[in-house]
Amino acid sequence: MKSKEILKILRPTIEIFYAFFSIFILIFLLLYLSDANFSLAFKGFINSSIGGRNNAYLFSTFSKMALISGMAIAALVAFRGGLFNIGGEGQLVVGGFACAFTGLLVSDFGFIGILISIISGMLVGATWALLSGFLTVYMGVPLLVGSLLLNYPARFITSYLVSHPFRDVQSGLPQTFLLSKNIWLPYFPNTRLDLGILIIFFVYVICLIIFYYTKHGYHSKNMGHSLSYVKLSGLPTKKIVFKTMALSGAIAGIVGSIAVLGIHHRFTDGMLVQPLYAWTGVIAALLVNLNLWFVPLAGFFFAAIYTGAAGMERIAQVPKEIATVIQAVIILFVVGKLGSLTNLSSSKGDKDD
Amino acid sequence: MTEIFDPEFFSSIARLTTPILLAALGGSICHRAGIFNIGLEGFILLGAFMAVLGSFYANSAFVGALTAVVGGLFLSIIFAEFHLRRKGDPIVISIAINILALGLSTYLLRSIFKVSGVFSHSEIEKIPHIQLPIIENVKILNLLINDQSILFYLSIVIVFILHYFLKYHKFGLWIRVVGENPEVLKSSGINPVRIKFLVLLLCGLLCGLAGAQLSISNVGLFVENMSAGRGWIAVVAVLLCGGRPIPLFLLIILFGLVDSLSLRIQGLGLPQQITELLPYIVCLAVLIIVSYKKLRTFSRIIY
Repeated sequence: MKSKEILKILRPTIEIFYAFFSIFILIFLLLYLSDANFSLAFKGFINSSIGGRNNAYLFSTFSKMALISGMAIAALVAFRGGLFNIGGEGQLVVGGFACAFTGLLVSDFGFIGILISIISGMLVGATWALLSGFLTVYMGVPLLVGSLLLNYPARFITSYLVSHPFRDVQSGLPQTFLLSKNIWLPYFPNTRLDLGILIIFFVYVICLIIFYYTKHGYHSKNMGHSLSYVKLSGLPTKKIVFKTMALSGAIAGIVGSIAVLGIHHRFTDGMLVQPLYAWTGVIAALLVNLNLWFVPLAGFFFAAIYTGAAGMERIAQVPKEIATVIQAVIILFVVGKLGSLTNLSSSKGDKDD
Repeated sequence: MTEIFDPEFFSSIARLTTPILLAALGGSICHRAGIFNIGLEGFILLGAFMAVLGSFYANSAFVGALTAVVGGLFLSIIFAEFHLRRKGDPIVISIAINILALGLSTYLLRSIFKVSGVFSHSEIEKIPHIQLPIIENVKILNLLINDQSILFYLSIVIVFILHYFLKYHKFGLWIRVVGENPEVLKSSGINPVRIKFLVLLLCGLLCGLAGAQLSISNVGLFVENMSAGRGWIAVVAVLLCGGRPIPLFLLIILFGLVDSLSLRIQGLGLPQQITELLPYIVCLAVLIIVSYKKLRTFSRIIY
């Protein structure tokens, strides 16, 4: 009896150790497979995630953190309302393209131009999200599948647009023309870190306010807890769905705009899809169990893994995809601690123990 | 018109249908057992990579298919560990499995074969194709289903076996009961978790074969993110058919038809991105039509 009680108290600790142990074994195995020099790889990881000359790598981690946290907020806004919007990738891509396209048109206006292009990215991202919201509400398509399937049109249409009508042919790659320096996001003094992270922080604060101080935030949260409660209270559920989806898509559009105006200064085919920003955002939102306060922490954590792995590739020739594997394994180990997320997944057959 | 509908078009239908069909069959038994598995994309991708790995090192297509199955089973066991034992949300696990398979296959591609992007080698043995002399005289059948890989015929057989199995066999009945009401099964002395575990293993096996068909049946190479959304099309097909094998088979033939059509019209000078878009548009269209018809029952969530 006594030993059973002790075991019960120790159980969470044992589980955490078990998770860490498994992740370390996995990393060890992967490094062993690629014939890496362990100490070199470790040094490369630490140095390039938080170190570097003049903290250059730390700043690149911060700039990745802005994008990942932004996508995490976009995912979280929808998840909190019980809307499993995993079409963040499509919304990010169309937002980024719209921003790059508008940026070319308004490049003479300086600061106003930046504002206009970000807003256009926002609007297009929100429209793309509303499209999947529309399919869910009026057509009965499950949002999970509908939002996901819309990723592929977004990806292929922008890919077509940048490789045919709006292509910078001279550059040889499928990409738009380079934006003029007038509308690049300015850097922080003496660094290579653009102001995008401030914009994301602004979005973060706005979302906190929406969540805790507005009617919409309250309704949306209740809808996440129980749809039928909200419906029986006589609230306009359709309107709440559209508002929530538009907010989520707009945030994804802003993230795309920041990547275009702050980091790449043009839209290249696949530049927002390949690094899996949207999926990392979804994972980060799940890792903090949909608690908005901790999103920046999760964003920094995943960004550090990303840049650290990139450094490991530079120094020890370990492929940087190890970051993707580690992220997936981390989310697997926390998944048991999360509740069920959608009505769809807890439909039938999940009631057994 | 004759440019589109040449013999190559007809033989490509079966080739493109098979991987989606095998994966969707795996997904359909999961669906019937009440496991919401949308990680088929990851299962196929890892299967495709493992098939190339096995076929390259052992110089045998059989070993390639076997390692592909091992890859699928590996992910199944992960799914089972975190869903059945640790009670994780299946959607989150599926997303994690998709990402894990994408990362793992790319990582291993670059660290084992030291290439990035594409790995192709003449030593990758391909799955043998079968000639059926009986139907050689029937022109249309000869074009459609002769000279296909073994896995194609296997998948057709599995469709009917699965149909029979789910409808009449005792184990099939258990699977359906697990999906509808696990308590019933429990009260008759059978552990529902064990049934679900077996179902997941079966799903991993079928998806592994789907991956093998994708990578070592006709082309003999592996490309990063090779599954390219096929798993999601399979998921949509499973959802639309409610996991019933025969309607699933017909629907996936439609998707395969569109897939090979999109390959053919690429030759007419249309940009590649637009033709690649076609299967997803058709998939979305079918999804919208079916969901709209069953608006009140299918989605279960009405706003």
